Amino acid sequence: MNEQFDVIVVGGGPSGNAAAYTLAKGGLRVLQLERGEYPGSKNVQGAILYADALARIIPDFRDDAPLERHLIEQRVWILDDTSYVGSSYRSADFNKPPFNRYTIIRAQFDKWFSRKVQEAGALVICETTVTDLVRDGDRVVGVQTDRAGGSIYANAVILADGVNSQLAQRAGFRPEIAPREVALAVKEIHFLPEETIQSRFNVTGDEGVVIEMAGKITQGMVGTGFLYTNKESIAIGVGCLLSDFSRQKTTPYALLDHMKRHPAIAPLLAGGEMKEYTAHLIPEGGYHAIPQVFGEGWLMVGDAGMFVNGVHREGSNLAMTTGYLAAETLLELRAERKVFSARNLARYRAKLDGSFVMRDLRKYKNLPRIVEKNPQFFTAYPELMNKAAHTLISVDGIDKKAKERAVRKHFVSARSRLGLLGDIFKLWRAFE
Amino acid sequence: MHILVCIKQVPDSAQIRVHPVTNTIMRQGVPAIVNPYDLVALEEALRLKDRLGARVTVLSMGPPQAEAALRKALSFGADEAILLTDRAFAGADTLATSYALASAIRKIREDMPVDLIFAGKQTIDGDTAQVGPGIATRLNMQLLTYVSHIDNVDLERGEITVQRRAEGGVQVLCTRLPALLTVLEGINEMRFATMPDMFRAARHPLAIWDREAAGVTDLTKVGLKGSPTVVSRVFAPTPRMHRAEIIQTQSDQPDDLVATLLAKMFTKFPDLRAAVRPRCA
Amino acid sequence: MNQPTTSPKPAGRRKFELDPRFQSYKGVWVFMEQNHGEIHPVSFELLGEGRKLADQLGVELAGIVVAGCDADADRFCAEAFFHGADLCYSLTHAALTHYRNQPYTQVLTDLVNRHQPEILLLGATTMGRDLAGSVATTLQTGLTADCTGLAIDLDNRSLAATRPTFGGSLLCTIVTLNYRPQMATVRPRVMSSPVRDTSRSGRILAEHPVLAETDIITKLLEFLPDDRRNETHLPFADIIVAGGRGLKRPDNFRLVWDLADALGAEVGATRPVVQAGWVTADRQIGQSGKTVRPKLYIAAGISGAVQHRVGMEGADVIIAINPDPDAPIFDFATYGIVANAMQILPALTAAFRQHTAAMKKAV
Ligand SMILES: Cc1cc2nc3c(=O)[nH]c(=O)nc-3n(C[C@H](O)[C@H](O)[C@H](O)COP(=O)(O)OP(=O)(O)OC[C@H]3O[C@@H](n4cnc5c(N)ncnc54)[C@H](O)[C@@H]3O)c2cc1C
Ligand SMILES: Cc1cc2nc3c(=O)[nH]c(=O)nc-3n(C[C@H](O)[C@H](O)[C@H](O)COP(=O)(O)OP(=O)(O)OC[C@H]3O[C@@H](n4cnc5c(N)ncnc54)[C@H](O)[C@@H]3O)c2cc1C
Ligand SMILES: Nc1ncnc2c1ncn2[C@@H]1O[C@H](COP(=O)(O)O)[C@@H](O)[C@H]1O
Repeated sequence: MNEQFDVIVVGGGPSGNAAAYTLAKGGLRVLQLERGEYPGSKNVQGAILYADALARIIPDFRDDAPLERHLIEQRVWILDDTSYVGSSYRSADFNKPPFNRYTIIRAQFDKWFSRKVQEAGALVICETTVTDLVRDGDRVVGVQTDRAGGSIYANAVILADGVNSQLAQRAGFRPEIAPREVALAVKEIHFLPEETIQSRFNVTGDEGVVIEMAGKITQGMVGTGFLYTNKESIAIGVGCLLSDFSRQKTTPYALLDHMKRHPAIAPLLAGGEMKEYTAHLIPEGGYHAIPQVFGEGWLMVGDAGMFVNGVHREGSNLAMTTGYLAAETLLELRAERKVFSARNLARYRAKLDGSFVMRDLRKYKNLPRIVEKNPQFFTAYPELMNKAAHTLISVDGIDKKAKERAVRKHFVSARSRLGLLGDIFKLWRAFE
Repeated sequence: MHILVCIKQVPDSAQIRVHPVTNTIMRQGVPAIVNPYDLVALEEALRLKDRLGARVTVLSMGPPQAEAALRKALSFGADEAILLTDRAFAGADTLATSYALASAIRKIREDMPVDLIFAGKQTIDGDTAQVGPGIATRLNMQLLTYVSHIDNVDLERGEITVQRRAEGGVQVLCTRLPALLTVLEGINEMRFATMPDMFRAARHPLAIWDREAAGVTDLTKVGLKGSPTVVSRVFAPTPRMHRAEIIQTQSDQPDDLVATLLAKMFTKFPDLRAAVRPRCA
Repeated sequence: MNQPTTSPKPAGRRKFELDPRFQSYKGVWVFMEQNHGEIHPVSFELLGEGRKLADQLGVELAGIVVAGCDADADRFCAEAFFHGADLCYSLTHAALTHYRNQPYTQVLTDLVNRHQPEILLLGATTMGRDLAGSVATTLQTGLTADCTGLAIDLDNRSLAATRPTFGGSLLCTIVTLNYRPQMATVRPRVMSSPVRDTSRSGRILAEHPVLAETDIITKLLEFLPDDRRNETHLPFADIIVAGGRGLKRPDNFRLVWDLADALGAEVGATRPVVQAGWVTADRQIGQSGKTVRPKLYIAAGISGAVQHRVGMEGADVIIAINPDPDAPIFDFATYGIVANAMQILPALTAAFRQHTAAMKKAV
């Protein structure tokens, strides 16, 4: 006997869950397949949840979702070997509910989301890997799994299987990702007692802090580091372009280890116990890297479709939104009694284009190329900025005017005057 | 034949961490798994089912999340699953656990007599190996623990013959059904469920029993109230001694290090000199 | 559900009034496990521990001998006296020749009900665990498994039994307040054996329980003794050389065997090594393996995880070889060499060979 569904969702991450939930709520017969032991089982990753995208799908998620801390302060640090210059933004406004950003632990969050999906009526089967798509000519009609006992059929298949999307590659929907379009991120979770976190980061209750980091911690590679506070743990990580890692022959682990020893970072982690080490890819290609995301009987959502905003480190919200829009497309077509053909599914792309997902990605479309071509953002500048700060702040009998002159000289000698102007212009163009 | 398998959902203790300073258990993200020894028991039951035909019922007492453990058992081929869950059962030690499970098993028997009960050798959280014997005793069943092989099940005569691991050897024991078996690890390897099994497991309705359904009337016998043992203190192991004396030499060459070590050791622990007796080739 | 909670009520601290039904329960009992005419060493270890408990309580220590008719029960009793018992209950019957749950449970519960001990200790062996579970359930009392420490809380004369919990990362102390007897099992080699004192003697209370073989449902068809030649003597070895995952490759494990040969030692291993199939499972040391108490324990390529540590920290001297100076094993080893085991092991082998050659010459 062959199983037949309206839609099969491959993957139980934020994008797959958003899609499966929306579809099941809309009354479709949904099967979701996840290869992990349970959704989220592959990682303990601490991450940031942007409430907006989720609220659109599950408005009352705050009632029972496992949220760690709501963020009230964002720090940005530019580090050299021994120091950092930075800014921070902390606001009492962030303490007014409903909160906008939370730290979460993916293993718990994904599990919660999956329970919602099941309650909505989707059939969720874990520990099952989709090995291939079943096709009838051009049309995707189902999936094949690693378990004996036949194929499973559906009118549409949503590929929500994450950045590697073996399925999309095998099916020829997407080329293999170029090493410069993907960052390799490593992350660790360090346990610390709640009180320690509160006192170290100057927060109370469930307030949390994020530190975004750039500079010499990436040893000249294009990338950033981050630190998030969870309830009883700290997530710390660093990610750089895969192409840079292979060029520099640095291992991500060594990079993170080095970063943890930075005099500004080490005290924040002191006394903690490392719980989990994970490595994961993040699509960084931006707008230009997005492949064709729909076809005959199939749709691509989340990381599989390269929907990540590397500049703002947004991924899960894009994943949820794309999953939601894909589901909405299918529900609309079903209501209009239309088939899930490529021509009809083009509505998904239109929805994407009209949403913040594509608007944001378009906005930064040139950034990946600019930073790739201008490594000075990650090498020379951090050092210069730290030196500048040091020079200006040290009280050593030298007058301030002279100090400013010295700083200017440092900058100019490190990057010619033209280069400096050019850099500023490039950055402005990228962010504008 | 009706075979019952008792399974427990446990935290994956390999992933439990104790905070070095506060000594608190850090449960964040620690996944729950089916007690590995119970899977060995389940597989043994399923093999009997394959060979002789049987209905296999899995029974678990635990919080509602333990459903996942039962579904897993269903996917491997169990026919029915019963989750025993009630606030009154919380905080049970082994005596109270075996009381609740035995009550439920009496109810299950009303529906269809039970010929064999399987339990795991022990759990990886409680780690007591007491619940199996407890159930057998309460149900007045024959108990065969540490079974390393099931030689024969003779349904006509209502007998089972097994090999049981004992000190210094293996006992070959024959007993009358119904009996309760706990099996040793490593005697089988769990099967890989098929896709249709996965569908069946995902859709199969679970029986969720509270204390009434389980026939528990005496609330002083279950949960915290029914537990004679009380945890009075939880603490971290204290270091046996102070830190090791690290052997260092000028050269740090292996031969020098070893020579220094032996000299120090034989001085401080002269008894060891004579303890060394090489095996003759 | 039977795991201890993180923030337990300090029940052990509370003073309380023992149920009048149990006021008459007095004395510490140790079940003397015997197999084929041999007493299991864990019974002596328990007598040593039981002696201390009995002295604190000011009561007698009794050994419980259960055996077949033709067994030399008096010799078993004598051994119990040599190891600290004041008296022995000696229960003999043909049906008790081999261990079977039903008759053993029956005679032991019956004996407890008649003579009412306050504490009953058994070894955490395949026999002890099987029997203890059934006896405790029949008696409706508390049983604490696999204890690593036993003490008396003098406030209320109760047994405070300490055991590992949460996969060995923590210890917990468990009390059985208002039930008697208080039962516990203890793993072999966790306690040290008392010195055998042949001048000691005691009273034997012999009983011949009423049992009918026809009432006993389980029959022993055969006993297949283990091949003794392949048996490891880890628990009683004086010297153990153990290897861990740090040895990297199965062929490097040969260095451990070489050193063991030079020392006349047994070979042990950590769980990952066993799981990788480098050595057989009976050589695993630790929480889910064997507990050992050698005079000398050499740990090569072992990190010293708590699950391993609980099985070997009873060693008199521990030498650890590990290139990671922060490896936890250095927190409790006696000597540490911060270096590559592949270089140190051969050097040790050579050095010990030289040492024994020198010793021989000296004789
Ligand atoms: C270190 C790091 C930090 C990040 N921090 C943030 C952050 O703070 N905030 C944020 O918004 N985003 C963050 N992101 C990005 C975010 O995690 C991703 O964008 C998001 O998880 C994408 O969701 P997804 O559902 O598309 O893919 P995934 O979460 O990768 O889910 C894919 C799922 O599919 C399953 N799967 C894969 N192949 C198969 C198959 N063949 N069969 C069955 N199942 C399959 C996988 O097991 C997995 O569960 C971060 C990413 C990394 C790596
Ligand atoms: C419920 C449970 C029960 C368990 N029971 C047991 C048990 O009974 N017994 C047991 O052992 N474990 C047990 N474990 C596993 C235990 O937690 C550890 O994982 C295990 O003891 C680690 O073994 P290891 O030291 O060989 O390996 P690792 O922890 O991987 O350590 C290897 C060490 O080798 C060192 N090393 C690397 N290179 C070299 C070199 N060239 N020379 C020398 N050293 C080197 C490394 O620095 C490291 O410290 C159990 C775990 C659980 C959860
Ligand atoms: N809550 C429970 N529900 C079902 N079976 C259990 C439960 N607790 C223990 N068991 C069974 O009893 C065996 C021994 O458990 P333990 O005495 O905790 O080591 C387990 O392997 C299970 O088969």
